[in-house]
Amino acid sequence: MKFGVVVSEGPYTHQASDTAYHFVTAALAAGHEVPRVFFYHDGVNVGTRLSIPPQDERNIQQQWSALAKEHGTDLVICIAAAQRRGLLDKNEAERQGKDADNIAEGFRISGLGQLIEMAIDADRLMTFGD
Amino acid sequence: MEDGVKKFLYVNRKAPYGTIYALEALEVVLIGAAFDQDVSLAFLDDGVFQLTKGQDTKEIGVKNFSPTFRALGDYEVTKLYVEKESLDERGLTADDLQDITYEDEDDDWAEKPSILIVSRSEMADVMAGQDVILSF
Amino acid sequence: MATLHTVNKSPFATQSLLSCLGHAKAGDTVLLIEDGVYGAAGGTGLADAVAGLGGAVTLAVLAPDLKARGIDEGRLMDGVKTVDYAGFVDLAASHDRTQAWL
Repeated sequence: MKFGVVVSEGPYTHQASDTAYHFVTAALAAGHEVPRVFFYHDGVNVGTRLSIPPQDERNIQQQWSALAKEHGTDLVICIAAAQRRGLLDKNEAERQGKDADNIAEGFRISGLGQLIEMAIDADRLMTFGD
Repeated sequence: MEDGVKKFLYVNRKAPYGTIYALEALEVVLIGAAFDQDVSLAFLDDGVFQLTKGQDTKEIGVKNFSPTFRALGDYEVTKLYVEKESLDERGLTADDLQDITYEDEDDDWAEKPSILIVSRSEMADVMAGQDVILSF
Repeated sequence: MATLHTVNKSPFATQSLLSCLGHAKAGDTVLLIEDGVYGAAGGTGLADAVAGLGGAVTLAVLAPDLKARGIDEGRLMDGVKTVDYAGFVDLAASHDRTQAWL
């Protein structure tokens, strides 16, 4: 079965991105497909490569990046939500005249259409938020 | 699901302005309208506050997005289910909500109300009839 | 055509669980996750309301979230099922749709 997953809260403040990660890991282990995870609202903050959690805590961004690398899951950050919150990839940073970009490996920035497409394509849509 | 068209329900249970969920939900609805799916919106619990008349955000410095609901008809989003019990609990009636209408192309462009006031059990039926539920 | 509902808030903080139970239909499952698991304990001021509204709806709770919060499974209301993340995935797959009560 094909799952689409929405993460709509940021890391650390809310448990949503952790629960989503455990759900996706379990779904993949059970032989299901998770072609894409869509990050919306403050969920876009999961995709910054500049977070430095204490060493004895899980690194949420790195967990997702590793998952994308191992399973090819497409981690999409909503561009409109990302721009409000200061998440930029290299192209967008250049286009907007900003002096830095901060998207982590395995994540990409794209439009809300990717969310709708995922919902159309998936057998089940899971939402993890607050 | 017929002909690759899915029934999408956007569920709105949060009030506007205190958090961004209502505004960003509306942004999804506007983009999603381009995908030719069978779209409905549900407003229940504090979500009914999104549709009230007379919102004026000048003094809080936040964009007033309530007029956008009146433009949804142009995007062929014409089914806004509003739960009566949620209105009652909050001391609201249908008269407190904006007039939101659409022009029905199948009926000589007659102007019709987009807001459908439904009971809790009718709302439960609407929810149970969907393929995709997007929660905000 | 059943729905898997997820509730992630404590019923002592928000109306999400009550609203969810008010809309769930016979054959549906309500899965309590994250802070939602506080709604599964027996002997609380809300237990009767939750049990009464449940009816033909199955109540389930995510065990890792229970354990994290130090809630012993023996304290759960009668009839509440516990699942792990794999069980959560199974529930999502075996219902026709999911609805998150955020």
